[in-house]
Amino acid sequence: MSDETERGDGPETGYDAWLDALAAGDGFALVCPNGHGSLPPRRVCPECGATDRSREPLAETGTVETHSVVHVPAADFAADAPYATAVVDLGPTRVTGIYRDAGDAAPAPRVDERVAVDVAERAMDGERLVVFRPVDTA
Amino acid sequence: MTDVRVAGVGLTRFGTHPDRTGRDLFGEAALRAFEDADVPRGDVEELNYGNFMGALAEHQGHQAPLMAEAAGVRCPATRYESACASAGVAVREAVRTVAAGDADVALAGGMERMTTLPTDEVTDGLAIAADDLFEVRAGVTFPGAYALMATAYFDAYGGSREDLAHVAAKNHANAVPNEYAQYRREVSVAEAMDAPPIAEPLHLYDACPVTDGASALVFVSAEYAAENGLDAPVAVTGTGQGTDRMALADRDHLARTPAAADAATAAYADAGVDAADVDLAEVHDCFTIAEVLALESLGFFEPGEAIAAAREGETTADGDLPVNLSGGLKAKGHPVGATGGSQIAELTRLLRGDHPNSEHVPDADVGVAHNAGGTVASAVVHVLEVAE
Repeated sequence: MSDETERGDGPETGYDAWLDALAAGDGFALVCPNGHGSLPPRRVCPECGATDRSREPLAETGTVETHSVVHVPAADFAADAPYATAVVDLGPTRVTGIYRDAGDAAPAPRVDERVAVDVAERAMDGERLVVFRPVDTA
Repeated sequence: MTDVRVAGVGLTRFGTHPDRTGRDLFGEAALRAFEDADVPRGDVEELNYGNFMGALAEHQGHQAPLMAEAAGVRCPATRYESACASAGVAVREAVRTVAAGDADVALAGGMERMTTLPTDEVTDGLAIAADDLFEVRAGVTFPGAYALMATAYFDAYGGSREDLAHVAAKNHANAVPNEYAQYRREVSVAEAMDAPPIAEPLHLYDACPVTDGASALVFVSAEYAAENGLDAPVAVTGTGQGTDRMALADRDHLARTPAAADAATAAYADAGVDAADVDLAEVHDCFTIAEVLALESLGFFEPGEAIAAAREGETTADGDLPVNLSGGLKAKGHPVGATGGSQIAELTRLLRGDHPNSEHVPDADVGVAHNAGGTVASAVVHVLEVAE
C-alpha cells in the first residue's frame, strides 16, 4: 500500500506539490530516457510512453517563446486583466504562466525576452499560479 | 467499403436564440435534414450527436436520447464531445458506420447553446477545452491560446494583423448571402484593424461570435440511395482524424497544427485525392489565425505562406481556392458542438449547386471540411466529392 500511496500522492505526481517545489526554487520536470520532458502528474512519458522518468531541474530563467496580452479574461482572472500570458522554455520542458513586470504599466512581453520563473497569487482570490518576471540583462 | 452519400442536410439559422431550448434547435435542424433527404425516420439506425458544453449552458447532460426524441428517431444514440470538433467526430463515426456496412442510414450533427451564459462564463466554458492544470490556471483563455499561436506564427514566419484582417473581411463578405449566417454584413479591413483587442494580437473581428445553433445530416449508403431513388449526388469519400498534445506549450512547434495534417493525410488517402485536387474548403476559422494554420496543415500552402492568401485573393470567393464560402465560423457563427456538421452541410449545398455562393464554384468536384477542437489537439477532416 505504501507503494500505491507514493505513486498516487508522491512529490512527482501532484500538481500542488510541483507548485510547492517551484515556489521553493526547486522547480522540476520529469524526463524519460528518450529525453522527453513533461510536467506532473504523469505515470508515463506522454510522448513515447516510457515508464522510467527522472526528476530533472527546470532552469530558473528562460526565454519567452510566445505571449499574449489578454483583455477579455475568464471570470477568475477579472481582477488581473489586462494581463499577459507567456510560454517560456525552461530547459527540459516549456511552461505556461502569467508575465508580470514590476511597474503599473500594462505588461508588454517580447519574444526571446529573458525571464525568471516564480509562483505568485491570482488577484481575485489568491490562488497560486506560475509567473514570469523580466530579468535585467543589462 | 460502401460508398457513403449525403442524402439530406439541415441547419438552423445561426445566431442568438435565447428563448429556444437545445432540443428545439436540433429538432429544427433534423426536420430540415429529413425534408431534404426524403428518407423515412424509421430507417435511421444510428444517431451520432455532437455537443460540448450543454451541461454548463443548459444544465443538460445525457443529451443523445433527448435529441433522438427531438428528431423523431428511435435507435442507438450517442453524444460525442471533442470540444469544437464534437460534431466532426460525430459525423466521422456516422460515415465510418455506413462505410463499414453496419448501417444503411445514419443521422449525425450537433447542437450548442452558448448565449444563455454571460461572456465571462462562456469564456470559462470554452477555456475548459484547454489543459486545466497547466493552461487555464495560468490564465489562458480560448482566444488567448490562439493569440499565443498567432504571436508565434508572426515570429516564425512574419505576417501582420492586417493579413488577418483580410481573412475576417473575406469571410464576412462570404456570409452576406447565406441565409443561415449569424452576421450577414461586410466588415472592412480598416474596421477589423480598429476593433478593440481581445487577446493581443487578436482583436474583436479576429474572433468568431458566440452562437446558438444546430446542424443535422442524413447519411446513407449508395445502395440505399439507389434502391430508394434518392437524389444524393454528393459522397463523403474520405475521413481522417488526428490528435496532438493537449497543451500548446507541449507541442513541437507553436505555430503548426500537425493533428490537422495527420487528419488530412488520412482523409486524402481514404478518398484517393491530394491537396491539389481540392476545389474549395470549409475550414475551422474560430480565429483568423486558425484559418491560416488550417490551410497550411491541409497542404494547400507551405508553412508560413497561407498568411497572405486572403490578402492576395487566393482564397476569396473568386480565387483559385475559395475558403469558407459559408462565411466560416468567423461570420456564419460557431455553435461549438454543431460546427463540424454545419461545415458538411454547407459543402454539400455548395457542391450540389443550391447554396447562395455555389455560383462561385460551378465546376467544383472536390471539397474539404476541416474541424478542430481546442488549439487543434483534435482535428477531423472530411473529403466530399460530386459522385453523380
